[in-house]
Amino acid sequence: MTRAPILEARQIVKELGEGNAKIQALKGVSLTLHPGEFTLLMGPSGSGKTTLLSILGCILSPTSGSVIVAGENASGRSAEQLADLRRRHLGFIFQAYNLFPTLDALDNVKLALDVRGFSAEEAAKRAEESLRAVGLGHRLHSHPGTLSGGEKQRVAIARAISSSPAIVLADEPTSALDTENGHAIMELLQKLAKDDQRTILAVTHDPRTIPYADRVIEIEDGLIKEEANGAEAPVEAVGETRPAGGSGKTGRKRKQYANA
Amino acid sequence: MIIKLATRNLFHDRARFLVTLIGILFAVLLVAIQLGMFFGARQMITAMVDRANADIWIGAYGADSIEQGLLLTGRERFVALSVPGVQEVRPLIVSFAEWRKPDQSTAHIVVVGSNKGEEGIEPWNVVEGREFPVSPNGVIVDRTYAKALGVTGIGSLAQIEGHPVRVEGLTDGIRSFTTSPYVFTSLGEAHTLTSVPQGQANFYLVKLAPGADTAQVKRELQSRLGKVFVFTKDEFRKQNLSYWLFGTGAGGALLGGTVLGLIVGTVIVAQTLYSSTKDHLSEFATLRALGSSAQYIHKVILAQAVVSGLCGWALGTVLTILISTFSGEAALPIIFTPGLAVFLLFVTLVMCTLSAVSSILKVTKIDPAMVFSR
Repeated sequence: MTRAPILEARQIVKELGEGNAKIQALKGVSLTLHPGEFTLLMGPSGSGKTTLLSILGCILSPTSGSVIVAGENASGRSAEQLADLRRRHLGFIFQAYNLFPTLDALDNVKLALDVRGFSAEEAAKRAEESLRAVGLGHRLHSHPGTLSGGEKQRVAIARAISSSPAIVLADEPTSALDTENGHAIMELLQKLAKDDQRTILAVTHDPRTIPYADRVIEIEDGLIKEEANGAEAPVEAVGETRPAGGSGKTGRKRKQYANA
Repeated sequence: MIIKLATRNLFHDRARFLVTLIGILFAVLLVAIQLGMFFGARQMITAMVDRANADIWIGAYGADSIEQGLLLTGRERFVALSVPGVQEVRPLIVSFAEWRKPDQSTAHIVVVGSNKGEEGIEPWNVVEGREFPVSPNGVIVDRTYAKALGVTGIGSLAQIEGHPVRVEGLTDGIRSFTTSPYVFTSLGEAHTLTSVPQGQANFYLVKLAPGADTAQVKRELQSRLGKVFVFTKDEFRKQNLSYWLFGTGAGGALLGGTVLGLIVGTVIVAQTLYSSTKDHLSEFATLRALGSSAQYIHKVILAQAVVSGLCGWALGTVLTILISTFSGEAALPIIFTPGLAVFLLFVTLVMCTLSAVSSILKVTKIDPAMVFSR
């Protein structure tokens, strides 16, 4: 059975800088993501993965090519129209969590819902449910300053999923976390993808995350170099143990993007 | 959530919020005091005209204000009485004079002489002693000036232009914009105390008959009297205000202070708000990345400005009320009314909204892609 894609990138080219300093960060990238897929976008620094994530997230506009989000073409849209697309279809998880330090966990999630136009009552209900879903039911009124790195990332995930977006884009979701928290966050993302048929795309350097993914896309020099499903992800260097329920095989060696 | 985020942003950096509040407080206080003094001055300038129960004022050319009345011949009264629609014409003496205290030191005063009656000017707010009319040699002064005039209470003695007078009444709140106190007495006594000859006066106060057309009577009076001024009550009121507030520059100085306060307040609030916005730029970029409209972020910044404005206004209003209460005995009282408080609230909110413009321009250019920057 062929599933309809939820996010498509067609021949994306992105030029950055001007004049002699102009570089082509993306040189014609195409990819398709489907509901329920947990995909990793990997590559060394400067490969263009964050630029691609920004374009897929309708935050940057491509120089050429098109992005189709939930059937809506993002090309040629104004900044406000792109913001509207993000509001309706996308959730974001950032490397540095990007929580509001003056608001507690509950209010951080409620704020994202307020931005999306949810009523105060509905926002409060959804925010609490989302935080409980990520295991933070006991830290609803804790401020980011009092949370551990893992807890902050869970708040960020709760914020990203609270409005039930079809697509969640994560930028290095585990890079600031220790091994234990990194695994816990990946398990959580994997679960969110499977349970809610949500599309999750995570940019990462971290080979420990590979075992959790359905697909691994490797990007280098602005081009997709290799694509594999999680089980077939390229191997090299570091030994990792696949989690129970993951899509790969136990004990398989993963490619290490140590130069990233 | 907009208000919550705005207040949290403000209160997060207490030192900066304090600077913002001080800026707004300073601006509100300066504007309130300047405007309060302006209104106080207006009230002082127009009090005599407002109190006189006259529909039309007749005075000599050159009398730019009530204190500057030149001598009329006396003929004007009889001519005026012959004009249809005129019911009564009362003489009024308003003349500068010298007040000599018991210790022989002197002060300048303004003698106001009028007969008791609806068309004259009687002292009001008599708080001690007897009401108008006074007995021969009797005068009534305001207690604000008691010390300046060497008056210790009812029965105090002094001299006006060498004539002995006795204080028979004290009023409260009748102040003179010229700083020379008004001294009320009867018309007859005023003739004695000043150089105004019997049968003459500085002004004639005209009371119209019921149903008379003010404009028509005024035209007729002007036509018959020739080279004198004939003003309606409202015109003479404006003439007094125009002379003292703008002819002398006093009002300009007060209004200039008001504008200065607004400019200083706007600059301080704009500066601190801009600085706060810059500090929270990454948070605004996160909001934008999460799909917030630019308008939503503008509302957060405006809410910060409005919350700052409300806090500053509330503090400024409390302080102004205290200052205006203590200024009650001052030569130039500060009049702070509920209407002025509401006006100040409006002005403060406009000031803070204008202050937010630079911050709004800053976040309008925000690039949500900065959330991915390392």
